[in-house]
Amino acid sequence: MEMNAKQHKYGMVIDLDKCTGCGACMVACMAENNVPFKKDESDNKRDSITWMRVFKVSNDKPYPEADICYLPRPCMHCEGHDGHSPCVSVCPATATDYSQETGVVSQIYTRCFGCRYCMAACPYHARYFNWWDPVWPEGMEKYLSPNVSPRMRGVVEKCSFCFHRYQLAMEKAHYEGRAELEEQEYQPACVQACPAGAIVFGDLNNPEHRVTRIVEPDPHHHFTGHSKKALRLLEQLGTNPKVYYLTERQWVRKALDQYNFGSQAAAH
Amino acid sequence: MSTKDDHGHAVSGDTADKKGGATILLFFILGFAASLAIGWGVFPKLLYSTKPQPFNFDHALHNREVGDCESCHFFREDGTFSGVPTLAQCTDCHADVMGETEDEAIFVNEYVAKEREVPWYVYSRQPDCVFFSHAAHVVKAKMTCESCHGDIGTSTSLKPYQENRITGYSRDIWGYSIAGFKTHTYDRMKMDDCAECHEKAVGSVDRAPAPGVVSRHFRQEVVPAIYPLDRQAATGSSVQTRRDACFVCHK
Repeated sequence: MEMNAKQHKYGMVIDLDKCTGCGACMVACMAENNVPFKKDESDNKRDSITWMRVFKVSNDKPYPEADICYLPRPCMHCEGHDGHSPCVSVCPATATDYSQETGVVSQIYTRCFGCRYCMAACPYHARYFNWWDPVWPEGMEKYLSPNVSPRMRGVVEKCSFCFHRYQLAMEKAHYEGRAELEEQEYQPACVQACPAGAIVFGDLNNPEHRVTRIVEPDPHHHFTGHSKKALRLLEQLGTNPKVYYLTERQWVRKALDQYNFGSQAAAH
Repeated sequence: MSTKDDHGHAVSGDTADKKGGATILLFFILGFAASLAIGWGVFPKLLYSTKPQPFNFDHALHNREVGDCESCHFFREDGTFSGVPTLAQCTDCHADVMGETEDEAIFVNEYVAKEREVPWYVYSRQPDCVFFSHAAHVVKAKMTCESCHGDIGTSTSLKPYQENRITGYSRDIWGYSIAGFKTHTYDRMKMDDCAECHEKAVGSVDRAPAPGVVSRHFRQEVVPAIYPLDRQAATGSSVQTRRDACFVCHK
């Protein structure tokens, strides 16, 4: 396919051996993207909206071998085959789309009519439905980010890799007469908030970016990472996600390959 | 007898039917005309409420005094566009009354003295979900301000702001022609008007979904048959539409 602009493929690498499960990425994400919350978030978590969610995986072993892995899960921005990601291909409203220019799976809230087909199609549970209009505590409306439009009742939302930051970075680049961004100019909120430096973000098509140097995606093998530490969730489905995980722990690799959080199977 | 009666009856019934038919037709025509008149004449008047700006602003006068547009409408260092000037920029010159106009007196007394921002109605205000980069259009694509905003820079008075009672947006977004016709590029500011240019920029419209989603037969035979006027070499970044992807202008 011919392109006007250079093709980027923004992706993420999350080092599970560095992640401490502190949840700073979740907090940063909620604040950055005007993510609505309920009055009581301890009640029925299935209604909660978390673009970035940290899962806890345990090997279920007694004391000496007991181990826990925290698994941050943003949207995987699956490329599938030629942008044929699971959610994009089922959307009847063209409300979600794959961009060949950035590799970001977009969600257009004003276009979405809430059929939730994409939620059923997403194998990572990365999409969330707004069951209510957002209710902000008194005065908090003034603290919302003007760069991200708030959502209304009845639409689906998900992680956008903080796409508004790309838009603003590109705006600056246009103003300065540049066509390309520096690696550090576009970084999502979760990446910058992580105190352990466990999340790295960049262009997987650019061999100089850290993400590419870490995972070495192999274009001849469906972009699986050359790196022995790298793995992707549900690799066998062919979703071709752009979020890679790193771990040296064998039980974690096993658990993730089966997408079987905290199970007995993970221990063996 | 009975046949005569029947015959007579039938004739009179026929004329009654004709009369009734004419009345119905008349009612239909009148009703149709009334609906048209209401739809095209009355409704647009009811739909918009006219709101005066806080006071008049003379672009032509300021242009003569200041000499350029960029002193007030400038790009910030991070590439964002300043848009309508804030009070702080105006007070650089207007700390006190400089001219003799009544409008300036209102401005200085009501806003400068009381340190209140002027609550201008912005004709081009867009919904939250729209991302628009002035830098991308003016600096990169080298478009003129007039192509979207019209010839505002030489106007001596601000036109009345017409607010859509349902949406709250300016009439300049939908355009003044209720049928949606436009003669200038700046007559409307709807998404269609953005798409019109963006379509040209990416080459064409290609309505076939991405390869892999549908068969080659569908892409190359069926779609061109349905949309014969579309050229098929679209280079847009969207996988779904082959136009510019939605995230180019949405946020």
